[in-house]
Amino acid sequence: MAKRKNVLPGFSLSLGYTLVYLSLIVLIPLAAAFIKTTELSWHEFWAVVTAPRVVASYKLTFGASLIAALINAVFGLLTAWVLVRYSFPGKKIIDALVDLPFALPTAVAGIALTAVYSANGWIGSIIEPLGIKVAFTPLGVIVALTCIGLPFVVRTVQPVLEDLEAETEEAAASLGANRFQSFTKIILPAIWPALLTGFALAFARAIGEYGSVIFIAGNMPMVSEITPLIIITKLEQYDYAGATAVAVVMLGISFALLLLINALQWWTNHRLTASR
Amino acid sequence: MPQAFITPTSQYIRYNTKVARSRATSEPLWIRWLLITIALVFLSLFLFVPLAAVFTEGLRKGFATYISAIVEPDALSAIKLTLIAAAIAVPLNLVFGLAAAWAIAKFEFKGKSILITLIDLPFAVSPVIAGLIYVLIFGLQGWFGEWLSNHDLKVVFAIPGIVLATIFVTFPFIARELIPLMQAQGKEEEEAGLVLGASGWQIFWRITIPNIKWGLLYGVILTNARAMGEFGAVSVVSGHIRGLTNTMPLHVEILYNEYNYAAAFAVASLLAFLALITLVLKSYVEWQTAKNALRNEVHKLIIRRESI
Repeated sequence: MAKRKNVLPGFSLSLGYTLVYLSLIVLIPLAAAFIKTTELSWHEFWAVVTAPRVVASYKLTFGASLIAALINAVFGLLTAWVLVRYSFPGKKIIDALVDLPFALPTAVAGIALTAVYSANGWIGSIIEPLGIKVAFTPLGVIVALTCIGLPFVVRTVQPVLEDLEAETEEAAASLGANRFQSFTKIILPAIWPALLTGFALAFARAIGEYGSVIFIAGNMPMVSEITPLIIITKLEQYDYAGATAVAVVMLGISFALLLLINALQWWTNHRLTASR
Repeated sequence: MPQAFITPTSQYIRYNTKVARSRATSEPLWIRWLLITIALVFLSLFLFVPLAAVFTEGLRKGFATYISAIVEPDALSAIKLTLIAAAIAVPLNLVFGLAAAWAIAKFEFKGKSILITLIDLPFAVSPVIAGLIYVLIFGLQGWFGEWLSNHDLKVVFAIPGIVLATIFVTFPFIARELIPLMQAQGKEEEEAGLVLGASGWQIFWRITIPNIKWGLLYGVILTNARAMGEFGAVSVVSGHIRGLTNTMPLHVEILYNEYNYAAAFAVASLLAFLALITLVLKSYVEWQTAKNALRNEVHKLIIRRESI
């Protein structure tokens, strides 16, 4: 493409404003977290971020987020499939309601899930006699994280399923493939990048989640205490350096995930444009 | 956070593909209904039942208790503060979103993809950490803490801190909505305006804004919903001072922790109602955009046929 002189006005104004606003609201405050940790020596930092209670919270946060994202990957794919391929009464309303966790405040989701899954709640009263305790256990954390991550997989897979051409499936069928084979050999490879992106988005969202989890988790140290809550507890004890040290560990992991998600999305778009 | 949710360009154009599928590329009826049932049970367990619980729990002790929980002074001041925070955060992020999208979509420059990633950063940061960073800067032990207290100014544990935290968590929504939209539209129309002698602002108001109005509205709706519902970040910077620095979600938490469940769910039901309105508006905007996209396609077809 030949280089063309851009004649539109406003470049320096818009870019300048963007950079100043971005720096003031996001970059400088985030840098503050990293600078604050330098108050601690490397030894102190390591002692804070590997304290047994903190390590237990990493295990819960990452374990529960991973399981919740996996549940969402399986059932989100199924939901997207049902919404794209089949028709049934009330489908449009259900399709719109899938986005509810994006619009519903997390605190509201938290108290609602606790009410439903506690011993005398609608679902809790059914499953608790069966020996499944959800509210105030690590299982409750998984339920809350599944709820808030629910739309991600559905909304990343849905457009790709819609764009999928019927011809390839017809060709597979005419060559003797059964439905299961054409799903695993034709459809799944096509939606794989989108599925992986949705999974990563749900996982990343779950790791940082706070509002919905604290109500249902019971917040017992070593058992059902998530990492964001550790940060808040340290803050309430005026242990700013300790809170920041744990925050920096979480930030590092979140940034790595953000880069991964960007790469995955590039892959998805690349596959989409290449197939056209 | 939700790339697919924020860049709806592909899902906007949701043509209803009611193609009759042959038996070879569809499933037997019983499998179809089995899958539909599994999906509905999944959605019910995690979405529909909890949503219904918010309203029934709120109304459990009768309509009078429900109303009195909402018109009580602390609840009203929480509603007011929530509205103030959203009324400041949404316009500021709107201006930023427009500026960022204009720079990124209409011009080529080095480091563009880094800039886009940096705009996404707040999505990757836990809300709790978003609150924490402002405490580190403006709190008593923070960078500006001493200067602020000498001048009798308060940011953390006061309204400015709540507004800042709200701006942070809703930072990317409008920009991420507009960037792909304006990139897809290109800049030919703006250049045509320029050739015809329009000034920069005339181009912006008469060409760009009408072209992106639905995407813009979509971004504003999402930003507003998140701004009113934010909990973690606001919780860290607010200090939970009743009647002063409590937003609606924080008020819900306080009532809940005092075992005042009926009142907590009454205020929560207002927020849930707001979320449902958000979804209705969002569906309307998506429907409008799909309609416009379809109309543009038809226009193109007509023009093509006339030129032949």
